[in-house]
Amino acid sequence: MTSPARTVVRQIRWEQTSYWRNPAAAAFTFAFPLVFLVIFAAINGNNTVTVPGGSVKFAQYYVPAIVSFGLISACYTNLAFTLSIRRETGLLKRTRGTPLSPSLYLAGIVGNVVVISLILSALVTALGLTVYGVTFPNRFLALGLTIVVGAFCFSALGVAVSTVVPNQDAAAAIINMILFPLLFISGTFYPLSSDSVISKIANFFPVRHLIESMVAAFSPFGSGTGINAKHLAVMAAWGVAGLLFGVRRFRWEPNR
Amino acid sequence: MSVIEVVGLTKSYGSFQAVRGISFSVEAGEVVAVLGPNGAGKTTTVEILEGHRERDGGSATVLGMDPAHGGAALRSRIGIVLQESGIEPYLTVAEVLRMHASYYPHPLSVNDVIALVGLDEKADARVKTLSGGQQRRLDVGLGLIGDPEVLFLDEPTTGFDPSARRHAWEVVRNLGALGKTVLLTTHYMDEAQALADRVIVIAAGEIVAEGTPESIGGRANAAAVIEFVMPPGITIDQLPVVADPVVAFDSATGPPSDTVRITTSEPTAVLATLTAWAMHHGGELAGLTVSRPSLEDVYIELTAHQPDVAE
Repeated sequence: MTSPARTVVRQIRWEQTSYWRNPAAAAFTFAFPLVFLVIFAAINGNNTVTVPGGSVKFAQYYVPAIVSFGLISACYTNLAFTLSIRRETGLLKRTRGTPLSPSLYLAGIVGNVVVISLILSALVTALGLTVYGVTFPNRFLALGLTIVVGAFCFSALGVAVSTVVPNQDAAAAIINMILFPLLFISGTFYPLSSDSVISKIANFFPVRHLIESMVAAFSPFGSGTGINAKHLAVMAAWGVAGLLFGVRRFRWEPNR
Repeated sequence: MSVIEVVGLTKSYGSFQAVRGISFSVEAGEVVAVLGPNGAGKTTTVEILEGHRERDGGSATVLGMDPAHGGAALRSRIGIVLQESGIEPYLTVAEVLRMHASYYPHPLSVNDVIALVGLDEKADARVKTLSGGQQRRLDVGLGLIGDPEVLFLDEPTTGFDPSARRHAWEVVRNLGALGKTVLLTTHYMDEAQALADRVIVIAAGEIVAEGTPESIGGRANAAAVIEFVMPPGITIDQLPVVADPVVAFDSATGPPSDTVRITTSEPTAVLATLTAWAMHHGGELAGLTVSRPSLEDVYIELTAHQPDVAE
C-alpha cells in the first residue's frame, strides 16, 4: 500500500501510457486545435481585432483562443468520453470492485487530462510565439490561474456531462452538441463584438470567460497582472456546479 | 464461521422481485455453484455479496463483513470476475495485472498469475488484441491477482467454445486445490457438476434445491431406469420382473419397438434377477442400459415453472 499522492501519480502514469497508445484519440485532441490554428490564421492573417485596451493583429487574439479550445477539448471532451465509455464497457465497475480508492482512481483520470492540456497549451503557445509573432508579456500568474481554474471548470463539466450520456453510441453526439454551439457563440474561431446579443448570451457560459481570461493574459496592453477576477469567478462557479451535479449523478455501473 | 453467510436475502427492481428470501452459507475452501436459468436472480445475489448492489432485506456477510459497507478492507480480500467488464484496451496483459497488483496489500506475482490462466504467450500483447476467451482468462487473472480468500465468478465460461471451457475449468479446479473459496454462477449443468462441491439451484429468486451434484434433487435416491430389448421368442409376461413396453414417440428415431423398461428403486436386486434369468436362457440382453435422471433432467424439472424473464 502506498500513500494517496503516490497512488495518484502512479495512476496518472498508467493513464498516460494508455492515452498515447491510442493514436486516434490523441490525434483528435491535438489535431483539431492545431489545424484550426493554421487554417484560421492563414485566412485572417492580416486582419486586426479589437481587444480590451486597443487593437491587435488576428493571431494575438486567436492563439489564446485556441489555447482555450485545446484546454476545453483536453479536459471536457476527453473526460466526458473516457468516463462514459469506461462506464458502459464495465471498466468503472471492475475498478470499483478493487480496493483502489474510487476518488484516487478518478484523480488519476483527471490528472491525466490536466497533463494533456498543459502539453497542448504549451504547444499552441510555442507555435504562436515562434510562427505567428504573438507576444506574451510574462503574465505567468494570470496564465497559470486561467489554466488551473479553466481545467477545474471544464474537467468538472466533463464529469457532469458523462453522467447524462446514456450509451456509447450517443456519447459523441451529446458531448459535441453541448460544446460546439458554445464554442461558436463564445468567439473561439473569430472574435465577437462584446455588445452583440450573442456575446451577452455567451457571457452566461464559461467558454467565453476562459477565452477572455486567456486573451487578457497575452494582451500587450496595460501593465497590470492581467488577472480578471470576474472571468475566473464565473468559471469557478460553473466548475462547482458541474462537480456537484456530476458527483450526485455519478454511476459506476453501465446503463443497461 | 462460514466465509459467506446469507439469510433471507431480498432484492427488487421496481415491482419485479429478483431475489425472494435466499439463505445459504459457504464454508472456507468450498467451491459452490449457483445454478439457474437467466433471470433467476443469480447475478443479483452475487453482486450483493460483491458489494456492487445493495440488498433490500435480509442479511449478508462475506468474511464476517457486510459487503454493502466493507470498503477497501473487504475488497482487498475478495476477487471479482464480473459477467462482462472492460479492461484498459491499450495496456498489455502484464501491465494491466501489474496495475491491479498495486491495489492490493499482498498480491500474487504477475508472472505466476499469467501462467495460472495460461496467457504466457500473450503477456506482452495489448488487451484489445486478445480473443474473447483470452480476455476472459485475463478477467480471471485480475480476479486472482490480489490473492483473494474468496473468489466470485459470474458465469465464467458463457460464450466459450468447448476447448476454452475445458481450459477455464482447469483454472477453477486449480483454485479449489489452492484452498480458495469460490462462489460461481452458471446456467450450465455440466459446469456445476464438473466444478462444484455443492450446487445451489435457484429459480425465480428462490432456492429450489441444494446439495452435492450427485445428490441434488434427490438424484441419488431417485428410481433407476433399466431398459433392454426383449429377447426373441419371449413375451413380456415371461420375464422374471415386471416390465413395461416402451412406446417410441417416433418409430424412425426412437428405441426399437420391442424395448422394455423397468423402473425400480432397487436396481441392483432387479439386475441380479434379470441377468441370472438371461444367462440361464443363454441370451445376451441387447441394448441393456441402467440410468438415473441426469442433473440436466433434475434441473429442467426444478426450474420448469419459472417465467422466462431478463436478469
